[in-house]
Amino acid sequence: MAFNHKHLIDITEYSEEDIKLILETAKAFSEVNERAIKKVPTLKGKTIVNMFNEPSTRTRSSFELAEKRLSADSLNFGGSSTSTVKGESLVDTVETLNAYKIDCIVVRDKHAGAPYIVTQNSPASVICAGDGKHNHPTQALLDLYTIWEHKGDFHGLKVAVVGDIAHSRVCGSLIPALKIMGCETYAVAPGTLLPPAPEVLGCDHVTSDLDSVLPELDVVYMLRVQQERLEGAPFPTIREYHKLFGLTKDREKLMKPDAIICHPGPINRGVEFDSYMADHPQRSVILEQVYAGICVRMAILYLLLGGADNGLAS
Amino acid sequence: MALLLKNAHVVDPSVELDGVVDVLIDGDKIAEVGENLAVEGAEVRDLSGKYLVPGLVDMHVHLREPGYEVKEDIESGTRAAAKGGFTGVCAMPNTDPVTDNGTVVEFVKSRAAEVGHCRVYPSGAMTRGLKGEAMSEMGDMVAHGAVAFTDDGRGVQGAGMLRRCMDYGKMFGKVFMSHCQDEDLVGHGQINEGKVSTRLALEGWPAAGEELQIARDIEIAKLTGAKLHIQHISTAHGLELVRAGKAAGVQVTCEATPHHMFLTENDLDETYNTSLKVNPPLRTDEDAEAIRQGVIDGTVDAIVTDHAPHTPWEKAREFELAPFGMIGLETSLSLVLTELVNTGKMSVSRMVELMAIKPREILGLDQVQVKAGSVADLTVFDPSATWTVGEDGYESRAENSGFAGRTLTGRATDVFVGGKQTLADGCIC
Repeated sequence: MAFNHKHLIDITEYSEEDIKLILETAKAFSEVNERAIKKVPTLKGKTIVNMFNEPSTRTRSSFELAEKRLSADSLNFGGSSTSTVKGESLVDTVETLNAYKIDCIVVRDKHAGAPYIVTQNSPASVICAGDGKHNHPTQALLDLYTIWEHKGDFHGLKVAVVGDIAHSRVCGSLIPALKIMGCETYAVAPGTLLPPAPEVLGCDHVTSDLDSVLPELDVVYMLRVQQERLEGAPFPTIREYHKLFGLTKDREKLMKPDAIICHPGPINRGVEFDSYMADHPQRSVILEQVYAGICVRMAILYLLLGGADNGLAS
Repeated sequence: MALLLKNAHVVDPSVELDGVVDVLIDGDKIAEVGENLAVEGAEVRDLSGKYLVPGLVDMHVHLREPGYEVKEDIESGTRAAAKGGFTGVCAMPNTDPVTDNGTVVEFVKSRAAEVGHCRVYPSGAMTRGLKGEAMSEMGDMVAHGAVAFTDDGRGVQGAGMLRRCMDYGKMFGKVFMSHCQDEDLVGHGQINEGKVSTRLALEGWPAAGEELQIARDIEIAKLTGAKLHIQHISTAHGLELVRAGKAAGVQVTCEATPHHMFLTENDLDETYNTSLKVNPPLRTDEDAEAIRQGVIDGTVDAIVTDHAPHTPWEKAREFELAPFGMIGLETSLSLVLTELVNTGKMSVSRMVELMAIKPREILGLDQVQVKAGSVADLTVFDPSATWTVGEDGYESRAENSGFAGRTLTGRATDVFVGGKQTLADGCIC
């Protein structure tokens, strides 16, 4: 199947077939991650820069592992040592990276639209690893992978995102991606945590009443309450938030027997859910999502960087 | 030597002129207006096919000097004004140091006299340092030539503070110009709150953040009896508030920019074009339509540019880090001609009211009329000249136009300021 993309910054530029190819490729790479020697030579000789202009541990670690397992040379560029801290503009930083002769830039930035600026100033492939409150496409792909593993098919699946949708870059990619795959989507949040026009993202239903929709859902995607992003508290207390929007043992009886619980991490016990639900052996797939992140990122790096066909089958 | 301008279509509603007549300029004044003038010894210019109107005034311009000469200065900003057909501009006080005292007013005036390509009417800050905390020396600024008071770039956040400014400053007879933005509601808003802000995940700048202060300021103008002018109005409901204020007899006027008429939030996309980042933000299609309608029907009193130059490197940043504002002096007349006049939606006569007569009236300037004895501040434009924005660069030091690449029809060819030519055949003199 043809895969004609150079960048991954906006999931809506990808078709259902593109996304299926990524998931199937990720499935193939999953086997590599189960081996004793977790490495293939697929991207040997390729240089990938992880340009993280805002703190990130999980996403960066996941990208780094994916790059290493594909034998790419990866360079971490960012953190407190970034040139931007010294006053250099993003454009000038990218020009500097270009001079290193690199093949791919993985961009995490606190400003929406930064990955697009990188594509306009570099010949390298660009992967968005989260920009502001805007997009986080590899997170959406790993979520889809996890859902696919459990449900097999996306068509008609009812998926709700619950919590801080307004400040979530995850939703900016996940909700459109779910629509591309044929799911029915729900946004569940108080008015202070909803974007001005949720329907633009692809939310089919918007409600502030979790209990009213819980019985219909196949997937309940809990969002972290991003306290560092909240200017002026959007709800009175954690206690009240947990009572209204927390996934608790009491609420389990409202759920379908096979409904699963996702979360992009890091989780806040006692806020988004109680420990019973966070650790629920049948429903909680949070750690599977973390694992899926490695597989999906290996797949997208392979597909974007044209990793030839020397690694996958070996 | 006298200069005889022949065969131009002269439009000046203030003297009920709308037809082909000749205009004789002698020294800094218009000496004679009439059909088939023949003056011995005068230099003759044939302006067949062109319009001649009272000199255009843009009452909302950021010339950036003193302090931000890296973006623009009085020389380059007034060059851009002349290129765009203006004979005068009102300079906003958000300079560094802020124009909040007579000394800075005097500086702006003297620089303009020295290097300017058009008249510069300085406005003074209502509050010291634009902080909204203590009144500026409004009386002293007026004594030095300030024509209006404004904290443009910010609204005065405290209603009591605005009331004090108006109650005190109204004795000087100048207009108070309001940038309407409730900072608590707007926060770090980047673009109009709604569908596009959701899609681009940029913090929303809600229409209500502007409308709240429009409503408030009209009430305070009513309370104090001061003259109020609402700057760069951008929403349909804001315009309704002004319409209602006028109907109730409040001394309120308002202005609109070409970018709020001819661009909308839908022009913003995943490319995050920072030239479209303006304050107040580009609004919806319905808002732009309402503003255009208000311009045509008289609810809007003046067309202004809010010319806001920035350096390329400031605008080549992440959207949230780029400064607000776009340049406009060189495109304003052409956009109005292209979108409103040439399409038959509005007469040249109405355009003259919006771009020459009303701005002077609001700022309390002497009117320029196309009749003998009037100061010869005149604008000549070719209604059929076609050009593409940005193709040949800009006279402004900045390039942050939101209309770059757009093809326009109609452009200023000649400008006279006090009888002295500042633009000749499209070239700066």
